[in-house]
Amino acid sequence: MVTMAAPAATARTARTDNKVDREDRSTVGHQFVDNARMTCRDVNVYYGEKHAIKNVSIDVGRNEVLAMIGPSGCGKSTFLRCLNRMNDTVDTCRVYGEIRLDELDIYDKSVDVVPLRAQVGMVFQKPNPFPKSIYENVAYGPKIHGLSANRTELDHIVESSLKKAGLWTEVNDRLDQPGTGLSGGQQQRLCIARAIAVRPEVILMDEPCSALDPIATATVEDLIAELQEQYTIVIVTHNMQQAARVSQRTAYFHLGDLIEVGKTDRVFTNPRHKLTEDYITGRFG
Amino acid sequence: MWFENTVKNMNNTKHSAAYTPHDASSREESTMQRVNVGLARRYRRERLFRYCGLGAIIASIGFLLLLFISITANGWTAFIQTEILLDIKFSAEHFDVDNLSAANYGALVKSSMRQLFPDVKNRREKRKLYKLVSSGAVYRLQKMVMKDTGIIGTTQAVWLPADDEVDMFAKGRVDRDLAENNRRLNDKQIHWIDTLSATGRLKKKFNTTFFTAGDSREPELAGIRGATAGSLFTLAVTLFLSFPIGVATAVYLEEFAPKNKWTDLVEVNINNLAAVPSIVFGLLGLAFFLNILGMPRSAPLVGGLVLTLMTLPTIIIASRASLKSVPPSIKEAALGVGASKMQAITHHILPLALPGMMTGTIIGMAQALGETAPLLMIGMVAFIVDVPGSVTDPATVLPVQIYLWADSPERAFVERTSAAIMVLLAFLISMNAIAVFLRRKFERRW
Ligand SMILES: Nc1ncnc2c1ncn2[C@@H]1O[C@H](COP(=O)(O)OP(=O)(O)OP(=O)(O)O)[C@@H](O)[C@H]1O
Ligand SMILES: [Mg+2]
Repeated sequence: MVTMAAPAATARTARTDNKVDREDRSTVGHQFVDNARMTCRDVNVYYGEKHAIKNVSIDVGRNEVLAMIGPSGCGKSTFLRCLNRMNDTVDTCRVYGEIRLDELDIYDKSVDVVPLRAQVGMVFQKPNPFPKSIYENVAYGPKIHGLSANRTELDHIVESSLKKAGLWTEVNDRLDQPGTGLSGGQQQRLCIARAIAVRPEVILMDEPCSALDPIATATVEDLIAELQEQYTIVIVTHNMQQAARVSQRTAYFHLGDLIEVGKTDRVFTNPRHKLTEDYITGRFG
Repeated sequence: MWFENTVKNMNNTKHSAAYTPHDASSREESTMQRVNVGLARRYRRERLFRYCGLGAIIASIGFLLLLFISITANGWTAFIQTEILLDIKFSAEHFDVDNLSAANYGALVKSSMRQLFPDVKNRREKRKLYKLVSSGAVYRLQKMVMKDTGIIGTTQAVWLPADDEVDMFAKGRVDRDLAENNRRLNDKQIHWIDTLSATGRLKKKFNTTFFTAGDSREPELAGIRGATAGSLFTLAVTLFLSFPIGVATAVYLEEFAPKNKWTDLVEVNINNLAAVPSIVFGLLGLAFFLNILGMPRSAPLVGGLVLTLMTLPTIIIASRASLKSVPPSIKEAALGVGASKMQAITHHILPLALPGMMTGTIIGMAQALGETAPLLMIGMVAFIVDVPGSVTDPATVLPVQIYLWADSPERAFVERTSAAIMVLLAFLISMNAIAVFLRRKFERRW
């Protein structure tokens, strides 16, 4: 019950400390970095009348893992989907503000979303494998972008992607079986393999480990650490230990507002905003 | 918790005597009791609903059976035709080698009939006698001679089609106890028929004519080949036009068109079109395709165009529904790895939507196959003997043929009407079978 937090909150305001008050919704912390990979300025997102993202400005650094945390429905997925224009597919969704990938304004009219999405890959919150074979699922991206010259190369891409996603040993003997026949966690890893097979430069992951057991989660976290050497990763997670383990910076969202951004260890050990503190200490959500 | 409190209160008012607060076991018991009371009612409802459904299915199967049985009982005899065995003397004096088709084949039949019944002398009686053999017998003889001129000068035993009245009589559809002037066959003729069948010269054979001939004024010579070919040509035109146009329209409306007032208007109008009486499309076809564009009358091409107009809304609506039923996450997955919209549609959405689209198309085609009214307006109701060879030849279609035969006075057309209905039903059933087969083939349950 969400309302349960209210009495506790009033009790705590009596204590005087240097935390930003709960009513204040401006972003605290280090939103901006030098030499950023993606820059977002004053981003507002509406679903029809609903204001889902309110004035969010944040940078994503090069070769950085940015974790986005926050209570359910606060707009993490919405914001993530703005970064590769997946929100274009939602009719009611309108995005305002500026989002740049390097110097390119991705919401500019002249921008082609096809190469953009090849560059900024995505793993969705709900596993959504194609109703095709496991092989075809992974090979689809490389195929349409012409990333492989021949079948052996394609086989190689499929194999290495599945290995990185920690799925290879489970499926290498049944690559021609339907991807939808896998278990939920396997499907999630299949979708990760499908996304990294295109070798995007920025990878957006929306709760990639929500259906995974600790072993598979560890594989995916290793993968993130490995990918980070070359790529930039934005990951949404409800698991704060995971955010602490994999990310360098953490952003906390609350009801559409970006409340706090900062170095991960700093956000978790010494949050500056009361809402952040409530959330990470488990008093909220 | 407020929820539990309300439950407690409710329990208090109802079972105040039995209920003791803070006693967990008794509270649980009363909950179970309530559940059990409700359970019986819930299962009763379910059972009732099941019986209703079962009843509905039994009723519909019953009606279907009734339809099949009555039509089959009426129509199966049309697949059999009575034939008469005559010894035809192909004497050389009748034939001109350069013009075989001009020979008087009727005379050959008549003389052999006279030979069989030499005691018939009276001219009127002779005419009655000749009437027993179908007027189409001459064409069979003609064909025989054309195929093999060697038979000229010989005598051959030939099975020739009997007249439709003889056929009806042989099939027991004429009551011989009726007063003579109430029947089409008089006592003499019946006597001849009895003699013929007693000497083994009357036999019922499989009616190939029914499947190989076009329409005819004579029931024994009439067949459904023309109407079947007309139906096939018409349907081919309809399918060829309506499937691609319908699917393209559906894909455009569902995936590309902006959602605004105009597309709403288009959607409403498509739904309206689906409900427009088909004869209106026929009138449109008459006014536009025939009068303005000057297309040929009675042609399957025009029929197909008109039926395309009629089936398009059905196909569009079914296709849109099946496109809508494809989970959007599949499209997002494709777009997410960088597929273009067109690639997402052709690689992922269309294959998943295709079974539903094909079902809609086959339903539309089945509708088109059974459609009569609009085709009457564009002249496909004409009496056409020749089997059409192309989409521009004048033709008729099966349901119109049924309508024409049902309108004919000859008794023998009654069974042919039923037989034609059987053929139409066979077409429909096989179309639906194809639909099921295609759906199975393309449907991916994963
Ligand atoms: N397609 C949509 N149409 C309308 N409103 C939407 C749509 N998608 C999301 N929303 C709304 O936008 C808000 C943010 O949703 P979002 O999916 O981004 O939340 P989230 O932070 O990802 O939550 P979770 O952790 O549960 O995934 C929610 O209030 C939701 O109701
Ligand atoms: Mg989400």
